[in-house]
Amino acid sequence: MPERFKSATSVLLALTAFAVFTYLFLEIEQQWEVVALAIGAIVALQIFGRSGIAARVERSAAANQRGAVTLTVISVLVVAAALHESHFALLMLATVALYVTACLGLTIQFGYAGIVNFAGAAFFGIGCYTTAVLAAHTPLPHVVVVGASGLTAALIGSALILPILRTRGHYVALITIAFSILFKTFLEVNDTLGGPQGLKVPGMALFGWSFNEPIRITENLEASFYLNYVVLAVALAALAFVLVKRLERSWIGLNFDAVRLDETAAAVFGIGVARWKILAFTLGNFLAGVAGAIYAMMIGFIAPNSFTFGDSLILVSIVILGGLGNALGVIPAALLLLVLPEKLQVIQEYRFLLYSILVILILLYRPDGLLPRRLREYFPQRGRG
Amino acid sequence: MSILAAHGLTVKFGGLIALDALDLELQSGEVLGLIGPNGSGKTTFFNALTGLYRPAGGRVVVNGKDITGASPQAVSAAGLARTFQRSRLCLPLSVFDNLMIGNHRNLDHGIWANLVRRGALQRQIEAGAAKARTLTAIFSAALAGRLFDPVAALPMIDRRRIEICRALIGEPRILLLDEPSAGMTHDETHELMDDLMAARERLPALSIILIEHEMKVIERVTDRCAVLNYGRKICEGAYRDVAGDERVRKAYLGED
Repeated sequence: MPERFKSATSVLLALTAFAVFTYLFLEIEQQWEVVALAIGAIVALQIFGRSGIAARVERSAAANQRGAVTLTVISVLVVAAALHESHFALLMLATVALYVTACLGLTIQFGYAGIVNFAGAAFFGIGCYTTAVLAAHTPLPHVVVVGASGLTAALIGSALILPILRTRGHYVALITIAFSILFKTFLEVNDTLGGPQGLKVPGMALFGWSFNEPIRITENLEASFYLNYVVLAVALAALAFVLVKRLERSWIGLNFDAVRLDETAAAVFGIGVARWKILAFTLGNFLAGVAGAIYAMMIGFIAPNSFTFGDSLILVSIVILGGLGNALGVIPAALLLLVLPEKLQVIQEYRFLLYSILVILILLYRPDGLLPRRLREYFPQRGRG
Repeated sequence: MSILAAHGLTVKFGGLIALDALDLELQSGEVLGLIGPNGSGKTTFFNALTGLYRPAGGRVVVNGKDITGASPQAVSAAGLARTFQRSRLCLPLSVFDNLMIGNHRNLDHGIWANLVRRGALQRQIEAGAAKARTLTAIFSAALAGRLFDPVAALPMIDRRRIEICRALIGEPRILLLDEPSAGMTHDETHELMDDLMAARERLPALSIILIEHEMKVIERVTDRCAVLNYGRKICEGAYRDVAGDERVRKAYLGED
């Protein structure tokens, strides 16, 4: 089976490149190295995306999705193990995985169903605050707390459903922008939720395993407690990825596309436009809420300033940079956009400015993003047709 | 027996009366031509039937069921499918995707069925692909081989074919064709109509309303014609009689 062997090799090579890049990107300190690596990654992704390599890799991965996702998780965990002593690198890695989860939610909303959500950080924040309250004031097990946080985000999001269904395009964006600003203002004036000072969040404990203890492997070998969160966050991102991929390659994903591309034609063929918009919006907010819940427990302290409109813009930038509607593209895009400002102190101050410029540049010159979305692959095992 | 009947159907846009108390019946298995000058209300009639416009008055009955003012989804469920004057295909999607949008009412849209029971879903996909291949092959063998290409990569004639196939694949009882010849050459139009008639043999109960400016097409494929002018039906009958009618000539050419 040389063909099958070739495709397995291409997936493995792509994963190795990804793992090496992730490791280096998190590990290096020199400013010029960071810049060189980031530029190198963008160029490499361009070549990867525009030559046939990405198509081959994505098709092989789709043919054996379980295998591909498992291998990806393993490679990320290998990177995490290699960085086991560095609090900061692991914190970044877990953050990236959680943002990937939230951005996958945004992919369902924006990429598939065409609902532009500029309040991603607000729904992420709802997850954070729900967790802060539930974990501190109730004896609920933390699995339940995380689930409840996702549900709360989805539930509060349903307040926006009516206006979203009544408007289209830019007006939907305006509604979510308004909500995003409203959310932050509400948190700042609400004393029960800590006001501008924010809230402390207890660390996570799952089935008696406390996440905020360092992991003692042998007498001399100790790993940062963030490793716990990396494992959990990566598992969550993998689950979300499988969910999104399954959604895409199903009649539901097709309904989302039909609703995004032409509501009128969709309705004429019996597609319930409202039903699919509600499902996409709710599911996306749920994912953002769950990601927020784990994030809050990981960083231990949350404040309104982390959930501004600017933060929502970062989520949207990730989705657009990665390639709107391509779940895979979210991963390198999140890695680049989140880690770069942490590594390059120079741009820390100007990051919103830089992101805005970046989004404009992408929309002008590469509207499909780094890894443009591909046609739905119905028979990945057989190739096309 | 009439499968579709419009009684006094009226559509208004503000002060403008686009359809003025239209009475029209479509018999089961019939091909009805709908002709008239630009702006006479033909497309408005389709839009009112398919739930895109809310009629200001009158009734629409399909197969004994009142669908006046029903949602587009309910109209689709009642067995109506249509094409659009200006192509409304989803260009970035594949031919197959577009056809499956038309096949919506035959597919399983449950969350569990789509996300968890993947084996059953794969069988539905294969059945859908077989159905799509058979149907498109009637129109063009080459097109049937390009089911998984993006529609954006195909020429106009293929897009027209896909649009008709998208309307047919859901096995409607009534097909509304809005100027299928728009943007095509004479020969292409004739070929398309021949293919459509061939496809129709597989669905003997299918009734068609055809809006068309190409009178040769109307003459060749319709059993009966209705002529609209300023939202009113001014004449109805076999093409030969309608074409010779004084009122129709006046509507098209103006008074002298």
